[in-house]
Amino acid sequence: MDQDSAYTREQVREFEIVGQSVPRVEGYDKVTGRAKYTDDIDLHGMTYAKVYCSPVAHGIIKKVDVSKAKEYPGVLDVIVGEEHPKKYSVNDLLPTETPLAVDKVRYFGEGLAAVVAISEQIAAEALALIDVEIEELPALVNAHDSEASADNLIHDFAKNNTNHTAEQHFGDVDDALAKSDVVVEETFYTSMVNGGFIETQSVVADYDPGKRKLTVYNCNQLAHTLQHTIARTIDMPLDDIRVIIPNVGGGFGGKTEATPSVLIASIMSRKIGRPVKLTYDRDESIYQNKGRHACHLSLKLGFNKDGTIQALDLSILLDGGAHSGWGFVVLWFIAALTHLPYKVRNIRYEGRRVYTNKPTPGAQRSFGGVQARTAVESCFDMAAVELGINPYELRMINAVETGYKCPSVVEVRHSEFKKCLESVATRSDFANKWGKLPRGKGIGFAAGHYSSGGAFLLYNSSRAHSTANIRVDTEAGATVFCGVTDIGQGSTTVMTQIACEVFGIPMRKVNFICQDTMLAPMDNGTMDSRATYGAGHAVKNAALDARSKIFDVAAAHLGVRAEQLQCKDELISSIYDDNRFINFWEAVRMYQEVQGTVFGTGDYTPPQPRGDYDGKIIGPSPAFGFTAQIAEVDVNLRTGQVKVLKYYEATDCGKAVNPASVEGQVEGGVVMGLGQALIEEIVVDRNGRVLNPNLHDYKIPTTMDVPEFDSEIVDAYDPTSAYGGKEVGEAPTGPVCAAIMNAVYDAVGVRLTEVPITPEKVFRAMRGQHSRGLELETTTIGFHNAKIRSV
Amino acid sequence: MKQVVHLNINGSPYDVMVAPNATIADVVRRQLGMTGTKLGCEQGDCGACTILIDGKSHLSCITLAVASEGKEIVTIEGLEQNGKLDPIQQAILEKQGVQCGICTPGVIMSAKGLLNENPKPNHEEIVVGMSGNLCRCTGYEKIFDAIEAVVEGEYDDAATPQVGAE
Repeated sequence: MDQDSAYTREQVREFEIVGQSVPRVEGYDKVTGRAKYTDDIDLHGMTYAKVYCSPVAHGIIKKVDVSKAKEYPGVLDVIVGEEHPKKYSVNDLLPTETPLAVDKVRYFGEGLAAVVAISEQIAAEALALIDVEIEELPALVNAHDSEASADNLIHDFAKNNTNHTAEQHFGDVDDALAKSDVVVEETFYTSMVNGGFIETQSVVADYDPGKRKLTVYNCNQLAHTLQHTIARTIDMPLDDIRVIIPNVGGGFGGKTEATPSVLIASIMSRKIGRPVKLTYDRDESIYQNKGRHACHLSLKLGFNKDGTIQALDLSILLDGGAHSGWGFVVLWFIAALTHLPYKVRNIRYEGRRVYTNKPTPGAQRSFGGVQARTAVESCFDMAAVELGINPYELRMINAVETGYKCPSVVEVRHSEFKKCLESVATRSDFANKWGKLPRGKGIGFAAGHYSSGGAFLLYNSSRAHSTANIRVDTEAGATVFCGVTDIGQGSTTVMTQIACEVFGIPMRKVNFICQDTMLAPMDNGTMDSRATYGAGHAVKNAALDARSKIFDVAAAHLGVRAEQLQCKDELISSIYDDNRFINFWEAVRMYQEVQGTVFGTGDYTPPQPRGDYDGKIIGPSPAFGFTAQIAEVDVNLRTGQVKVLKYYEATDCGKAVNPASVEGQVEGGVVMGLGQALIEEIVVDRNGRVLNPNLHDYKIPTTMDVPEFDSEIVDAYDPTSAYGGKEVGEAPTGPVCAAIMNAVYDAVGVRLTEVPITPEKVFRAMRGQHSRGLELETTTIGFHNAKIRSV
Repeated sequence: MKQVVHLNINGSPYDVMVAPNATIADVVRRQLGMTGTKLGCEQGDCGACTILIDGKSHLSCITLAVASEGKEIVTIEGLEQNGKLDPIQQAILEKQGVQCGICTPGVIMSAKGLLNENPKPNHEEIVVGMSGNLCRCTGYEKIFDAIEAVVEGEYDDAATPQVGAE
């Protein structure tokens, strides 16, 4: 079927279920407590594992004596790192991690040994019998110090503790800056934050010694990638491992990697032949982190007098923590994110990621976006002041539109970014408030974008990024098999809506089977805001494939050409004559009588990267979501406390397949950004010890911290998408820090350049003590807050 | 030394053998298989484990089973009656106050406790009343919408008898 003509037809069509705020298909289970998460699983013969966490951040392992623990009654086995030295990482890019530390400890809380016992209590008691001796090395807890350290190396192979470097140059930045009328320049620091999912990582590994097969239940976002990581790391054939993802209690990117616990439980279950459960305590979850990278940024923007942007010159230093993880990708992603959402032609990017003795960051919602947007949107605000152009106007002058091609040849195939800018400016009455509110009250503008899935398949293969298979029969209705994971964002509901739209049948007639590597075909997984766009395409294509078979039967029965049929309210009818119809399930039955079950299959692969430059595989996307945001704040002039009073947001997510879910993504995404802007930071002392590994001291926003919301989904339809929809999960988180920083500037005239914007920083800035001065003073500690808390 | 305690949970009597340091969360999740009560921190920080004891919301991860004898305990499993949802459950479901769902049982039980104490809370009272329940997904907006809809009577038709309240 010609996809393009189908899109054109559907663009003008009224949808039945797409565009409706239908409740979550699994919602009933979730509000009644029926929904099962990994830790809720109880298998026959279950055993329980606990991990001995390193009490130091950097050191040589001299002794891990587990002999007493092994003899403790109820203990079934104890393993140490050297028994399983195989290294892993995301997609095997520079593998550095091992299930348990081998020879050396690189971060506080790293596992040294693991105990499996008949109860969690016994496993915990046995941990106390493990005798550990570590020769402590100086901990490197600041990226600058780490880079300057030639002899204290975290990984022997990484010279100057450098994990990876990246450089890109498009156009001629030096020339463009020299010719610019206004150049603004500033350095920024964004903190390391944690995903803060309320469900800590949990795994149940169940090895069947009879079949020699392993089933792993784990709250992970990427079932198939996890399956690969397990197979490679514990040396098992891929098809002997089945990964099942139960309900996931929040992911936000932090659950895209294999935690050591998954490998530990798998190894132990294979060894003892019984199911092993390992659920991290909250402190262990924070030690394993995989949250957002702390980042030092130095940015120059050049503008002409009329406000057109001429050049962007960015250099960054990422604090990579102890391991490589997603580091390579985030480094290049920040480069890619500088090309949008403004039409800048001269771009230079230099990035470095260095190892430190800290919990390893990884992927977190608006991966690379928070760092890039914090710097770019702050500098836009500075330029607006310099140029005497309203920040809204300055963004409108430079905003990308449909069809824009970046200097990197990445194309924006659809954009309603300008509608977003206009929407928030109008609703907030920005022009009449900016620069005009009383001292202590401020309004700040920021904007951003995010990709709807990359061009890069996580495991280096040419196969489709998403595949969906559908079975339609009178015995089970329409059953969709698809590998995408619902981590709470609502993909199961959205995919069900898409299938229903094609078939014209109610939601309850569709079963969506996902999150199981045995049942669902390989999928790139839930990351990079790719589910609705990428998997949505696959589900739609599979449904169209199945529907065409059903239509052929109906066409013969009705004496109507198949392409003149439509399907609505479980009736297949002629588009020209409502009286010529057949019940959908009757047509399915007729097909089954002759040919058996109706099967359909469909897949989706985004356009592949073009051009010839370093890092080109990371960044290109078939679609981009856009956001514009305005924060109104109140700054307490005595204490420096910032309170966000009202938050305006406008989203271009194309057609909202489920508007209430889109609103939920926007509101949740903004509040996650607000947490980083104001209160969140993993605090590490000079020895690398995490000082706030709990939800009491590591604050995430509560009901008391959220502002009044005023958000709008702008009218949009991306014709390249399955039903016009594109990403919304990540863009809203990116600009929040900058919107609040810009609002603080508007309120009190001081420009904060670091998050979190604590009362101390604002207070000092208002008194003329620049906040960065304080950060430099504390370089041996790394964090401003650490100094304050550790004195 | 383990001991037998007699607990009244969701209207049914349970005799369970518990250690003195066993919490109600441990008992319902691990011994009785009622896993609707969630654990997010086990330190009383996140509110995911909220249950009702004599109609008031309590954190089951820091409430000892041995101290709960003779009290009326209600968990998320006890709200739905004969296949019919409590108005708060219905509202959270329909208003999409649920995303990943891990905080949801605690949110619903806290809301229940709040409305038991104050059937007509205003927005500020809802904000304060729900401040002990962390949710990382929703930004709380849709949770407020759901509770306000219940307060305004939008779900009265769906009402089931108040559970766990005096």
